[in-house]
Parts: sequence; C-alpha cells; structure tokens
Amino acid sequence: MSSQPSNQLTTVETAKSLGLLPAEFKKICKILRRTPNFTELSIFSVMWSEHCSYKNSIVHLKKLPREGGRLLVGAGEENAGLVDIGGGLGCAFKIESHNHPSAIEPFQGAATGVGGIHRDIFTMGARPIAALNSLRFGNLDSDRMKHLVRGVVHGISSYGNCFGVPTVGGEVYFNDSYNHDILVNAMSAGIVKIGETVSASADGPGNPVLIVGSATGKDGIHGATFASAELTEDSAKDLPAVQVGDPFQEKLLLEATLEAIKTGAIVGMQDMGAAGITCSTSEMSAKSGTGMKIDLDKVPTRQQGMKPFEILLSESQERMLIVCKKGQEQKLMEIFDKWDLECALIGEVTKNQRLQYFQNGELVADVPAKPLVLGGGAPVYERKSRKPKYLTKIEKFNIDSVKLPSNYLSAAKKLWKSPNLVSKRWIYEQYDSMIRTGTQTTNAPSDAAVVRVKGTEKSIVLTTDCNSAYVYADPYKGAMIAVAEAARNIVCSGGDPVAITNCLNFGNPYNPEVFYQFANAVAGMGEACRKFNTPVTGGNVSFYNQANIRGKIVPVFPTPTIGMLGVLDDSQKQMTLDFKKEGDLIYLIGKSKNDLGSSEYIRFNKKVKFSSCPHFDLNEEFELQQTISSLIKKGLISSAHDVSEGGIFAALLESAMVRNIGFAVVCEASIRKDAFLFGESQSRVVVSIAPDHKSAFEKFLHGKDFTLLGKVQGKRISIDEEDFGDVSGWKKTYDTELGNIMEADK
Amino acid sequence: MKFGVVLFPGSNCDDDMMHVLGEVMNAEVVKLWHKDYSLDGFTTNDCIILPGGFSYGDYLRCGAIARFSHIMQAVIDFANSGGYVFGICNGFQILCESKLLPGVLLANSNQKFICKNTYLRTVTTKTKLTEHLNPAQPLKIPIAHAEGRYYADEKTLNKLVKNDQILFKYCDEKGKITNAANPNGTSLNIAGICNEKRNVFGMMPHPERAAEEILGNTDGRLLFESLMKAAMSAAH
Repeated sequence: MSSQPSNQLTTVETAKSLGLLPAEFKKICKILRRTPNFTELSIFSVMWSEHCSYKNSIVHLKKLPREGGRLLVGAGEENAGLVDIGGGLGCAFKIESHNHPSAIEPFQGAATGVGGIHRDIFTMGARPIAALNSLRFGNLDSDRMKHLVRGVVHGISSYGNCFGVPTVGGEVYFNDSYNHDILVNAMSAGIVKIGETVSASADGPGNPVLIVGSATGKDGIHGATFASAELTEDSAKDLPAVQVGDPFQEKLLLEATLEAIKTGAIVGMQDMGAAGITCSTSEMSAKSGTGMKIDLDKVPTRQQGMKPFEILLSESQERMLIVCKKGQEQKLMEIFDKWDLECALIGEVTKNQRLQYFQNGELVADVPAKPLVLGGGAPVYERKSRKPKYLTKIEKFNIDSVKLPSNYLSAAKKLWKSPNLVSKRWIYEQYDSMIRTGTQTTNAPSDAAVVRVKGTEKSIVLTTDCNSAYVYADPYKGAMIAVAEAARNIVCSGGDPVAITNCLNFGNPYNPEVFYQFANAVAGMGEACRKFNTPVTGGNVSFYNQANIRGKIVPVFPTPTIGMLGVLDDSQKQMTLDFKKEGDLIYLIGKSKNDLGSSEYIRFNKKVKFSSCPHFDLNEEFELQQTISSLIKKGLISSAHDVSEGGIFAALLESAMVRNIGFAVVCEASIRKDAFLFGESQSRVVVSIAPDHKSAFEKFLHGKDFTLLGKVQGKRISIDEEDFGDVSGWKKTYDTELGNIMEADK
Repeated sequence: MKFGVVLFPGSNCDDDMMHVLGEVMNAEVVKLWHKDYSLDGFTTNDCIILPGGFSYGDYLRCGAIARFSHIMQAVIDFANSGGYVFGICNGFQILCESKLLPGVLLANSNQKFICKNTYLRTVTTKTKLTEHLNPAQPLKIPIAHAEGRYYADEKTLNKLVKNDQILFKYCDEKGKITNAANPNGTSLNIAGICNEKRNVFGMMPHPERAAEEILGNTDGRLLFESLMKAAMSAAH
C-alpha cells in the first residue's frame, strides 16, 4: 500500500464547486500540509457544510442552556438528547429537518426524514415510541402546493406506519412565505434503560468496524451540501441528492440493533445520516480521539464501480456503523443474519487519529478526524447581522387602523375557514397514531400528546410548537413564545416540561437580515428555556430556506420549531381539553389585552401583512403555568385548553366540539370585542370547572387574573347573548374544510 | 387457551398483542418466529395470532410473501386440524392470501392509509371469538390500514352470508350499518369474517388497541374475553 493518497490534486475552483469558500480551501491545505485530492476535498466539503458543522450557527447555539435539569448527556454529544424521566428510564428525543429533499421529491424527502430521526433514537439504544412532525406549506391555491402536501403526508405515513411507531402529534401551518420552500421537521422520542445506552464513539484501537443494513448506492451523494444551499429553479436536477427510503429495512435494523446491544459486544454505534460513512467514521473517531482504517472494497454496494467519494458520501438510508469488541464480531453477525441483514467487516479502529480509506489496496484518502468535526477544526463564523427593514413597518402597526367587524358571526365564520385553524384530520388520519398502544390522547384529547410508558405509571408528554408569524414580527419574543407555548401545552395536559429539542429553519445566513432573525430568535429561545428550566438537548439548523426566483430572494418566515418533552408522573392524571358536562363553568385564566397583533384573524380575515407580535411577558407566562399546574394537581378543573391561533373563540369551540356540547359566554366589556374573541395575546388558558368547585377555585385564584366567561350548556353557542348556531355546524366545517380543499379539482 | 403470536419480519403489532394477551388478559402467550417449521406445544384448543404490520414490507402485495414463510405451512396445517387462528389487519390479509379465508383485501377506496376509530356490529355469535358479544352493542375499535377493502365475488359473498361467516360489519356510533359508516369501500360493510369451519378468524380493525382504560377504550377487550371464555368452556 502506498503511503500517499492517490489521484490528481484539486484546485480552489473544485472547492468552490463543492460549496467550499476559497479561505476554507486554504485552511484544508494547511491542515493536510498539502493539496487534497478530490475524495479528501469531498470529505471536507460535506463535513464542513452547514448541515454537519453548524459553522454559521454554533456561536449562537452555544448561548443556549445546554445542560442541567434532567439531562443525561449534553447537547450535541450524542445522536440525540437524553433525559432522565425517572424510574431508571431515559427518554431520547430529537427533531430534525428534511426541508430541501421534501421540496424536490416530497414523498421520499419526507419519508427519509422520518427514517433518519428514528435512526438517531435507536442508535442510542432507545426504542422509539412516538413520532411528531411540524410541517409548513405555502398557499393551497396552487396545484404544486397540494402536490407537495399530498407527497409529504404520504411519505410520512408510508414510512412511519410501516416502521411501526405512532405519529402522535405535531403541527401544520400554511403561509405564503413557504410557497417556494416548504418545511418538513420530524421528531422522534424513544425509551431506554439508563445504563443501557450506546454511545457514538470508536474506542479501542484494533476493534473491528462493521457496516450493517442496506447496501450503499449512489443516492443522496452530496445531500448535506445540497441541504446547505438555496433552492433554485434548477434544483430538481439535483434529484440524485435525494435519498430513497425503505421502512421495512429500517424496522429490521431497529429490531436487530436493539437485540445486538443486549449482547454487550457493541463499543459504539452511529447511524448513517447526512454525509454517510464520512460523517459516522469521522464523528465517532473524533469523539474517542482515535482513527479508522476503512477498506471501501468491503462496503456492500448496490452497483459496481462506485468511486471512493461516492461510497463515502452516499446517503443511502437504513445503514449503521458499529464498532465491535474485538473477537465478538461473530455474536453480532449471527443476530444480523437472523434478521436477514447484510453485515460486513470494513475496517478497524486505529490509534493515529486519522481516517484512512482504501480502495483496491490503495490509500485513496487520508485525513485527520478531528479537524473535520464540529468543535474540532471545522470553521466557525460569526455572520453579519442587520435589523430587517420590514420591522419598521411592523413597529408602525396600530390596532386602531383595524376596523371593527360589523357582524361578528360572519367574521367568525370567515375565520373558521382558515386552513390554519381547521382540523388537520385529512392529514393525520393517514398516520398510524395508535400503534404500540400507548397513545392516551386518541380518545382523550389534550393540548399535547400523552403517551404512556409501558411497564411504568408514567407518561411522556410531547408537543411541537412555533407560530412563525410571531417570530417574523419579533424574532426574540416570537421564539420565546414558541418555547412558552410548548411548555403551556404540556402543562395543560398535566405534565411537567423537562427539555426541548429544536429545529431552526431560516433563510441564508449570509443575508444579514436573516442572520438578525436567527441570532435574536436563538437568544429569545435561550431566555425562555432558562425560565422554564427546559434545557436544549440538540436538534438541527436548517439554513438556506429561501428561494432565488429570477433574482428575487424569498426567505421563509423564521421558524425555530420547538419540540418539547414533558413527563406526567401518574398517567392517570392527564388533563384533557374538552368540556365535560352541561352546567360546568368556563373561566379564562390570564389577562386579555387590546391586542390583535399577528393573529390569524388579522392575517386571514383582514389581510394585514405587518402587525406586531402578540403581547407576551415571560414572568406572567411562568406564573400562569404554575397556576394551571397547581389547579390540575388540586383536582379543581375539568378541562384546560390554551388560547392560541384563533383566540378565545377557537379555544372555546375546540373544547366544545369533542363532546358536541354548547356554551354561553360573555365578552369582557373593557376590551375590543374582536380582540377579545380573536386576539392571540399570550399566557391565557380556558378552563372549565364543576360548579361545586367554584368557591375553592376562586379562592385559590385570589389576587390572580381570571374571568368567569360563562358556562357549558345545550348544543348551541351563545356569545353576548347572540346565537352563533349549533356546535355541530362548526364541527362539520372544522372536520371537512381541509379535505375539501385538498380533494377539489384533483 | 394458550396463544402464539407469529413474528414475521415487518410485523409491528406483535408487541401490542403480546402486551394485551399477557399483561391485560393474563393469558399464556409466546412469540413465534417466522423461520420455525412447527407449532410444537400447541393443541387445537389454542390460538395462533397473526398480528398487524407490514410482513416482508408488504412488497409485491400485502401478505403475499408471508404466506410462503415456513411458519405459515405449520399454521395452515394447524388450522386444517381445527386449531384457532386469528389474523388482525396484516394477519387478515395473510389469511386471505393463504386461502384460509376467502376473498381479498384491496386498497381503500380513497387510496389512502386510514387510521381512526370505527364502530362494529357483531353479525354472528356462532363463533368462539364472538360467542359472548352482544350483537346490539356497537363496539368502538380503531382501524389502521391502506388495504382493508374486503372484496369477493358475488357467489362468495352470498356464501359468507348464507353460512353466517361474517363476524363484524362497520356501523355508525348508534349501530346502524350505513354507507357513511363504511370507512374503506368494503363489500357489505364487512370488517371481519371466519372460515366455514369457524376456527379461522380475520378482521381489519385492531381490538388490541382498544383493551385498556388508560387508552380510553376497552371495547376490544370483549373479543379476547369471549374467545378465552368460549375456549375454556369448550375444553371442560
């Protein structure tokens, strides 16, 4: 074997074509003390892409609270976050984007997004028990957008259902800012016994390295680089950068992997996600301060004659890299054979901290592991930030410019057709939401998904939240609200917020206005997370969600999606959102404001593009959540539902529709009626209580903000004594509107 | 009555079935591996469960590959000798592909996967699975499938009716068997059937997902209770 890597050398032009900057090329030459060949440069290009290196975001991410609370591993240390949920169990959870692939090939893009996030969870030894997703689409007026919705939903459904993990929650938003770039964020949560987790490390020089699962093909090559660039009209030509998923293989890989972990023969394991073998070999080695010698001829491939960079960069799905205790390979081989999975010995761990890849007996690439990875030598940048111009338009917004509706019933009816408010039934009924028989919220809906953990008395409580219109109006406050709303949803379900994972979807970080949004959103998120004691366990950053359409830059609304995990120590103590009984009293806890800022009402009914972020005060919010939590623990309330999109009106209807019972309420006279009904001022929860609890309830709330709104009664809705009709009529629109839009002129 | 739950590669409701039978019903239950050739230790008073999932990825056609697995040869022999076999969802599809039950399961009429609660009317009580069910009581049991539209030619459907082989039909909340309550376009609103000898049962809805208070629905439990009760009295 030669000691110098083979092949012709590269130039700065090659580097640029791979998405690297000239300065980065220089840095690579310095690290290697020579010019890299094409394979080596490809390795650097994917590992230093934003997707793998977080080079443009890490400075800010480091300001987030990344440890403490119930965290068992710090953010970014492993494939997913891991928190202690008590009883000797840990919950591994993470959210990740698959935006770019889904925009080009919605079915496979979304499917492999689901596959990838589940793999991150079971790579750690945890069995996934729940999935969620946060989806953002553009205006449903276009056939292209409907095609994307159908494809993404079908992709999630087809992969998730076959893999056998219930999709228990999530969110779907429609907004023009996503007309060109849709967002597909997938989250998974799994359970593992503490002490039985597996680390993504490569300890012990001499230990064999195995690759398990699907054969390596030419799909997804340069996927990480592709994800780190803007989509253009030509992006469809990048189709080979989109991977193809096989949920059946992944199901086998899950079962075989969990069985293999039990043998004790596994030293470390990492799934093959972005940047394929390159990423797993380098991250595992860098983590352990070791290196690896990998024989690319031993990697099972789907076709002959694959070049080294193709094998190294392939993002073929359903593959794992395993470092095994020397001499115990056979134990693992037997298990993978039982599950009919291909398992090949491709190399070994070395002492020299270098990654050396061979083909046909020749050294084809030789690079040090550490400089490739985040926190090692990968570049770190602080990008320029400038307050976006549009914010001045937002600052000028005054509620007095919004005319009061002449007829509240017709205003409400119009609002109730917004795709953002109506039921997402057409979507979620395509997902298996009940498999693994843990989903408590199927027959008892709550603000967050509640999933019992079998063999314990506990449930985990999960939600994803982010109203990106708020973040657009005020990145700092909007991101705080995203965290607050997630926590509020968990609290209203009876759980205690524990930790978050985030998916930061933004435009191009080299655009100073976009970077302003990013930096401020991260700062706001950090402040809120510290307040709720919900540290950040990891997640991902997805930049470049902006299209360049004939020279015009169109970034998405800044969308820092929060995936929050909560714990409900006694599964039986779940709180639900539905009105239970006629005669129950309805209260609003929290304070209403003369505020219509960024509400669905003002945007959908009034077509106002620039309005302020809704009122929000972090301390007020924290106090509200403490109050709700105590009320639930004291057994004083029968339902709790937070006020969010669509305001109090939507909250009341949602509580009423579940059991099809009506209500009569009176608006607060001191507040504009449109703001009272449809405003989205934060930190408010609608609760219902049995009349017997009235005095204890009011006594407990003494000195706090609360209002008696009315009571649960009959089948109709009455607001300020105006008849708003049968609940069932509203429910019909709610249940069928999205389906009608999706199925129209197909 | 002892239960055996077959694990095909791609099965994904096997754990749920083990949980319900073992933990909820306190029955004796073991997992069976698709590569096994025999059902040693099972008598005809026992029941083999083919659980839901995507056996062999459901590539080619749902259940089409599973029928050729080693264990299915043993399951077919077991059924022919009078043992109880109960297929749910993908298990039902496998039973049809194996010809242990007549007919086929086609793609849902809306061409989509559907997961939601449905209501079922018990059509016959002349089987062990349904003996103790109340035909007047609609049962809330969820479905989760993309290919659950039961189809058979008219002759077969007539025979099913004549022989009283229809176990369950989809109905509305009040028990009315209507078109609107038919979730997937299935013939005659059929949700489940049995064979002529009445020892092989297949149904698309998942009773194992509706068997515990914590899930807010215990209707599915009634099926397992009926089966175990009937088997116990038959054994005595």
